[in-house]
Amino acid sequence: MNMPEQARQALDAFEQGKGWEQRARLLMQWGERLEPLAETEKTEANRVHGCESLVWLVAEQVDGLWRFKASSDARLLRGLLALMLVRVQGLATDELAMLDLRAWFTQLGLERQLSPSRSNGLHAVLQRMAELASNR
Amino acid sequence: MFQPSPWRADFPAIAALQRQHQTYLDSAATSQKPQALLDALSHYYGHGAANVHRAQHLPGALATQAFETSRDKVAAWLNAADSRQVVFTHGATSALNLLAYGLEHRLEAGDEIAVSALEHHANLLPWQQLAHRRNLRLVVLPLDAHGYIDLNQALQLIGPRTRVLAVSQLSNVLGTWQPLPALLAHARAQGALTVVDGAQGVVHGRHDVQQLGCDFYVFSSHKLYGPDGVGVLYGHSQALGLLRHWQFGGEMVQLAEYHSASFRPAPLGFEAGTPPIAGVIGLGATLGYLASLDAQAVAAHETSLHQHLLRGLADREGVRILGTPQAALASFVIEGVHNADIAHLLTEQGIAVRAGHHCAMPLLKGLGLEGAIRVSLGLYNDSDDLQRFFAALDQGLELLR
Repeated sequence: MNMPEQARQALDAFEQGKGWEQRARLLMQWGERLEPLAETEKTEANRVHGCESLVWLVAEQVDGLWRFKASSDARLLRGLLALMLVRVQGLATDELAMLDLRAWFTQLGLERQLSPSRSNGLHAVLQRMAELASNR
Repeated sequence: MFQPSPWRADFPAIAALQRQHQTYLDSAATSQKPQALLDALSHYYGHGAANVHRAQHLPGALATQAFETSRDKVAAWLNAADSRQVVFTHGATSALNLLAYGLEHRLEAGDEIAVSALEHHANLLPWQQLAHRRNLRLVVLPLDAHGYIDLNQALQLIGPRTRVLAVSQLSNVLGTWQPLPALLAHARAQGALTVVDGAQGVVHGRHDVQQLGCDFYVFSSHKLYGPDGVGVLYGHSQALGLLRHWQFGGEMVQLAEYHSASFRPAPLGFEAGTPPIAGVIGLGATLGYLASLDAQAVAAHETSLHQHLLRGLADREGVRILGTPQAALASFVIEGVHNADIAHLLTEQGIAVRAGHHCAMPLLKGLGLEGAIRVSLGLYNDSDDLQRFFAALDQGLELLR
């Protein structure tokens, strides 16, 4: 499976980012790139539960391809969401189902953010992604 | 000035965590364990495990003896009048559920149960669900601005319909000691049974259940430097006599037939199935260790570290401490900064603190917060732990601001 251009950029940036401070700065920069959600999209149905921060994931299919929007009230989590979206944007369901998002975050050097602890938002978001890929 | 902990070396995990560059400041969630406990577990499993209160063979007799010695130690730790007043459960949560089911038969529609607004879920949900089952009224005692149960209001709200009062001794979020003497005396005078959740309180100082004058006192071993999977329910003898049996099986039975059975009184009647034998023996070893310490020195150390924590937080701009913590912990939020972001950056720097709602969602919601960061101390922490935390907090804030 080939990688979208923005994902390649992210990988380059994070591979060079050494140390926690650099990683945090990059995450905040990537978080800024998220397309903002309209208030009407911050619905209960779009809420991803199972994290202690507020996280929304808006998913729709256009011509069989997934289009996602996401946001959170926590900044670093917004960065993680942005890094996820650049990897999954525009995929078909079968491609989404085959994609290993854990491996993606590991490639970025962010595997520690995947712990299944409740306080961590990313784990719950990945579970929601997997549900979307298997259900529709 | 550096404030060492004289007991740090007794907890081997602290050094192990330090080698992994981790500073442990989450003891209110669970504590690290003393070597004495590790030795006791290793001895029990290494020298012959056996079930308790069943077998006539030697390993069984030894295990039973060790198990019952732990019961004596817990009774002594709480100054209970009799070891038979100590029931082993699987945690504080299961002890509170035991009470909510064991007392259910005594309650009828319209009766009231009083809890406080600061209860963590373990001392809220069992009563809330009992109230749903029996059509009872759950009365929530409000807090004052410092994080104490508001006594004036509480004394009004606890009345003749109040059948049970269940309150925490020390708040797991606010770090406040609750005004138990006045609350318990009033509840008793109204004919209510009193339940004290000592999950946090038991870890700080010694508490005398006879002096407290509660009907029930509950705590979990793992916060008190003991193994997880073990809880304690102390009950005044008369109060224990009011409980209906709630879980069935194992040696809690006296006589069993196919269609009927009779059951033992407390404590064994409430310890269905095989109890957590190694854990109970381990708790006994922990209590032996704790009893050997200079209690005044421990208290002085904890107080001084706690002051250090509060001072350091107060020194930092935009920090809002929740309530007026008196012991053990402090929860805080920072103006304009999401607690998940702080938590993320503290984690990145190897600082283990708790972020989120601390299993007390209604309390946080009442304070208008989604979550908070909690720093909590154990007797093994030293001032360097706090210095590392503050340095990490400053670095994180600098990055975020």
